[in-house]
Amino acid sequence: MERLRSIIRPVASVPLARHLVVALVAFVVAMAVIGSSSQYLQTRYAEMAYFAIAAGGLTLLTGLSGQLSLGHGALMAVGAYAATLVLERTGGETLADVFVALLVAIAVCAVVGVVVGVPAARLHGPYIAGATLTLAVAVPRLANQWEVFGGEQGLQVSVPRATDLPAWIQDLVWFFTAVEIDQYSFLAYLGWLLLAITFVALANLSRSRVGRRWRAVRDDDVSAELAGIHLGRARVVAFTVSAMAAGLAGGLMAMNVRLTAPGAFTITLSLTLLAAVVLGGLGSLTGALIGAGVLAFLPKFATDLGESVGLSATQAAEVTPVVYGLVLMLVILLAPAGIVGSLRTFLARSPLGSTKEKTT
Amino acid sequence: MQQFLDTTLGGLVLGAVYAAFALALCLIWRSTRIVNFAQAAMAMVTTYIALSLINADVPYWVAFMAAIAAGFGLGAVIERVIIRPVEGKAELNAVILTLGLFMVLHGLTAITFGVQHRGFPAPVGTSAISVGDTSIGITPFGILTIVVVALVMAGLVVLFRFTDLGLRMRAAAFNGEVSRLLGVRVGRMLTLGWALAAAVGAVAGMLIAGGDLVNPAFMDPFVIYGFIAAVLGGLDSPLGSVIGGLILGLSLSYVTGYVGEHLAPLVALGILMVVLLVRPSGLFAAAAARRV
Repeated sequence: MERLRSIIRPVASVPLARHLVVALVAFVVAMAVIGSSSQYLQTRYAEMAYFAIAAGGLTLLTGLSGQLSLGHGALMAVGAYAATLVLERTGGETLADVFVALLVAIAVCAVVGVVVGVPAARLHGPYIAGATLTLAVAVPRLANQWEVFGGEQGLQVSVPRATDLPAWIQDLVWFFTAVEIDQYSFLAYLGWLLLAITFVALANLSRSRVGRRWRAVRDDDVSAELAGIHLGRARVVAFTVSAMAAGLAGGLMAMNVRLTAPGAFTITLSLTLLAAVVLGGLGSLTGALIGAGVLAFLPKFATDLGESVGLSATQAAEVTPVVYGLVLMLVILLAPAGIVGSLRTFLARSPLGSTKEKTT
Repeated sequence: MQQFLDTTLGGLVLGAVYAAFALALCLIWRSTRIVNFAQAAMAMVTTYIALSLINADVPYWVAFMAAIAAGFGLGAVIERVIIRPVEGKAELNAVILTLGLFMVLHGLTAITFGVQHRGFPAPVGTSAISVGDTSIGITPFGILTIVVVALVMAGLVVLFRFTDLGLRMRAAAFNGEVSRLLGVRVGRMLTLGWALAAAVGAVAGMLIAGGDLVNPAFMDPFVIYGFIAAVLGGLDSPLGSVIGGLILGLSLSYVTGYVGEHLAPLVALGILMVVLLVRPSGLFAAAAARRV
């Protein structure tokens, strides 16, 4: 027992090591779950993964740096279109094509993140909300303006067939799950792998000097500036990191949906992401994961519920946004710290040990 | 030249509607320092109420009045029940709350009335007026829109400048604590501010819907355009809101007419950013520097 502890302690006390271990365990568990799931569930897990990546970026931005963004749906659109156009050029037949497309999506979103982040760094509260909401409306409309984006019908997305994947991946998946990899499980594995990597990166960032600066800027910008923190730079970095996560999520979304069209990136998408991070608790990556799970699994549940009380199919589809809206309102009114924050407050042993965070 | 005239007139009508929306946002901002992102959804609800009445053979103007009354009631209830708990709290909370309200109202309307497009009648003609042989780019309904918005604006000026009630509302918004000491029922004034704003929003909704198709999403662009118009005017000044609305309406009309319809929101975003970064207190605010 003592020996076990002496092995665990150094791992648990170094954030990077701890995050890596948690991510690795989570990924192995996720692989096992995905491998034994039906095709329908695999699609949902893949959806959960890309929502979690986007929500993770957003929760860091809003929870740590204190900037609200309603434009993350637009940033996902940028990532989705970037990945789609790259896949169109390269053919999208190999694993390398997929990674190149995702890297380009991240890079393009980093640039957009800086462009939007610089003016946004000077805004707060309702002003940044209004500006980013305008972004969410404006960006998807651009697809109708230029032909290269395919207009309202959108662009088809090609992803590699399972048989085109390298043999070692097929063998590895077979070894772990005893199920042949197919297109749906491939996308789910890919999503969860990238989710694990993203969350390790974001968790480290938030525990690092950069993350501490963001918290300082959020809690008291005047004190932060007096302590030598460059407010604008800290905020722009936060926005850019968050935009990169949204870009990756958008690229993955394009591959999963197989069609990139402006209709997928409505105001509702941005507000839905907000609902996910507010529900989980602003600033908490665990909360973002929980929120993403809700986003992936609630629609079917809510639609079924709507149909069971006698609504038509189109009416029942509207139950989901009502639930998201109610979630936003109820969390703000009743539990502003979200699920994870409320649990933490509840579990905190002493007032001094409390990790309760301000939700502004 | 003909196209320029048409675009300008179209822009003025559009601007009048944005102005009405900006006015509603401005009223709420003045009373509670909250930007109501659910404004458009509230107006959409009242417009649907009017449409149901009209379909039940109620005369148009009675339905118009009913929409205003419904807006008044809706605004009061929302302020009293939902907004009161977050007044004076972190500004992010109020923003998220109104966005949640936007989604709820949106979804509930879609469930109640369906998502299909429905025709909405207009009390006067909606085809362009002809002078001699050439038709000019304004409709009788467009003229009515401008007149109604001007009347609403004038009514608000009279209320705030020349009545005791208006004075109390301004006092409550300016300094709640001192007003309370002086015997102003501050809570009631804030509720009244929201109710008035929602009534103005209901008017705007009727003007947007008239002679056009409505569906639960038909007001969505006005969430942002109303906000931008109000920020152009400085959020604090009713007159500024109206001028901001007209400027935005004309700009977007020119962009749509000469450059491309789908670029309009991007241009609106550009206008918003320039105003916020160069003149954050708005084009017409008398107030000194203010944090945005």
